[in-house]
Amino acid sequence: MAEARAVKRSARRWRVGGMAPYVFVSPFFVLYACFMIYPLVSSMWTSFHFQQTLDTSVFVGLYNYEVLFADAKFWQAVLNTFLFTVGVLVIQVPVALALALLLNAGFLRARNFFRLCFFSPTLVAGVFVAIIFRQILHADSGMISILTGTTIPWLESKWLILPSIVLTSVWKSAGFTMLYFLAGLQGIRRELYEAAQVDGAGGWARFQHITLPGLRPITIFVVVIAVIDALQLFDIPYVLLNGEGPGGYGRTVVMYLYQKFESSELGLACATGWTLAVLIFLVTLVQLRLLGAHRQEE
Amino acid sequence: MSDGPKTGPWDRVRRVAAYTVLTVVAIAVLAPLLWTVMSSFRPSGDIFSRSLPTSLADLTFDNYRGLYEPIVRHIGDQQQLFPPIPYARYFVNSIFVSTAFTLLALFFGSLGGFGFAKYKFRGKRVLFMVLMGSMMIPFHVGLIPLYSLMGRIGWINTFYAIIIPGSASAFSIFLMRQYMANVPDELIDSARIDGASEFGIYWRVVLPLLKPALGALTILLFIFAWNNFLWPSMVLLDEQHFTLPVGLNSLISTYSEEYGVLLAGTSLAVVPIIALFLWMQREFVEGITLGAVKE
Repeated sequence: MAEARAVKRSARRWRVGGMAPYVFVSPFFVLYACFMIYPLVSSMWTSFHFQQTLDTSVFVGLYNYEVLFADAKFWQAVLNTFLFTVGVLVIQVPVALALALLLNAGFLRARNFFRLCFFSPTLVAGVFVAIIFRQILHADSGMISILTGTTIPWLESKWLILPSIVLTSVWKSAGFTMLYFLAGLQGIRRELYEAAQVDGAGGWARFQHITLPGLRPITIFVVVIAVIDALQLFDIPYVLLNGEGPGGYGRTVVMYLYQKFESSELGLACATGWTLAVLIFLVTLVQLRLLGAHRQEE
Repeated sequence: MSDGPKTGPWDRVRRVAAYTVLTVVAIAVLAPLLWTVMSSFRPSGDIFSRSLPTSLADLTFDNYRGLYEPIVRHIGDQQQLFPPIPYARYFVNSIFVSTAFTLLALFFGSLGGFGFAKYKFRGKRVLFMVLMGSMMIPFHVGLIPLYSLMGRIGWINTFYAIIIPGSASAFSIFLMRQYMANVPDELIDSARIDGASEFGIYWRVVLPLLKPALGALTILLFIFAWNNFLWPSMVLLDEQHFTLPVGLNSLISTYSEEYGVLLAGTSLAVVPIIALFLWMQREFVEGITLGAVKE
C-alpha cells in the first residue's frame, strides 16, 4: 500500500513536462553521439589499424603505438609541448595574478580602461596573433629589433623558438587569466579585510592570510584550464613558424598529429590523439592532487 | 581594497608605482597591435627596413588595395604578379559561418540548459555527468575519424562541417543552466497553468528573461567561431570556402615579401570582434567568469 503510494507520488513528480525535458536536452546528446562518441570509438579502432586511405585497413594491434613511441620526432614534440606548458605556467599565471591585484587596488582610477587594454589580445585569433608576431619578432626589421637596436633571430635560433612561442602566447592569453583572478578577488568578502585591519594585520599578512587562500579555488581552475589549453597548442607555433620551425623546435603534439594527418598516416594520427588524451588526463589528475582540489574549504 | 583612511607618503609611493607598472604593461600589450596597424599602411619594402615612417607621405593604402586587386611587383627586370586575393569572400564566409554557428549553438545551449535547470526527469543525473565529462575530452582525439565521417556524408569542403558538429556544446548548456537557476519556478508554473506548452514556456517566458546571459554566450561563441582554425583548415579545401584564419594562413608563404597585405588583412579581420566586444563588454566579462566562480 505504502509502496503503491510512493510509486504514484513519484509518477506525479516525473510527469511534469512529460517528454519535453528529453526533447530539450536531446540535440546535444544526438550531435555528441554522432560527432564525438562515434569518432572517439572509431579513433580507437583506427589506432589499432594500419590505414593508408579511408577504405583500406589492416589490424596491426599496438603497432602504431610502437612506431609512435619509437619516433624521436614524437618525443621532441612531447618535450616541446611540456616545456611550453611549464613556460606558460611560470610566466602567465603570476603575471595575470599581479595584474589582477593591481587592478583590484581600491584607489585605482581608469580601471576599465586598463582591463580592456590587457584583455584586448584575447580577442585576436591565434592565427592573427601569429601573423602579427612574425613581424614583431622579425630578426632584422621586427618591432623588438628596431626598438632595442638588436638583430636577434627570435624565430630562427633553436634556443629562441620556444621562448618566442611562450612570449606570443602569454601576450595573447594573460588577459584572459587575469579576468578570472579579478572575479576571484571580487568574490573575497570585504569584511575579512576590515576585521584583519582592526586586528592590526599588515598589508603582507592580509595578502598571505586572506587574499591567497581566498583565491585558491579560482587558481586551481585557472591552472588546470591553462595547462589543458597549453598541452593542445597548435595555431600559434604553426603560423608563427609556418610549420614546425627549424629543427622541429616548434613542433607540438597536436602539430605532430596534424602532420600525420597530412601525410595520410591515419593510424599514427589517431594513436597520437589517444596518447595526448591520456597525457592530458594524467597531468590533470596529478595537478588536482598537487593543488589539493579534493581538500574542502578550511 | 587595502586603502585605509590614512594616506601617508608610503601610500603615495604605492600609487605611483602601481600606475607606472600598469601603464608600462598597457603600452607593451598595445604596442604589437598598433605596430601592426601602422605597418599595414606602409609599403612592403619599408616594412622590412629598420626605418620608421617620418611623415604621412610614407604611408599608403596599397596593402589594403592588395586585398582585392592584383599586385604587380618589379624585382630587378623580372615581373612578379600576385593574383587578387578573395579576401572579401573570406570575410563573408567568416561572417556567415560564425553567425550560423552562434545562432544554432545559442538555441541548443539555452534549450538544453532549460531542460537541465527546470525539469526533474529520470536519468538526469547520469545525462548531466555525461555532459560534464564530455568537456574533459580533448577535441583532437576524434579529429581524424570526424574527418573521415565528413567524407562519408559529403560534408568535406562545405560549411556544414564547421557549423553542425560543434553546435551543441556542453559548455553552452552548462553556462545557460547556471543562469536558468535564477528564473523563479513560480513564473514557469503559472505559465503552465495558463496553458502554455513546454516549448512555449521556454520561448516566451524563459528566453526573454535571459537576454544578458544570451549576450554573454553570443560573444563567447562568436569569438570561438571567428577564430577557429585547425578544424576549418582540415575540411575547407578551396579558397572560395576559406574563412579568414584559414585564408590568411594560406597566404603566408606566397606573401612573405608582400607582408603588408597580410597585416592589412589581419587588421581588418580583428575589427568585427573588437566591435562586438566593446558593444557587449559587460555581459562578456560576466559570462566567462560565471562558470568558474559560481559552484
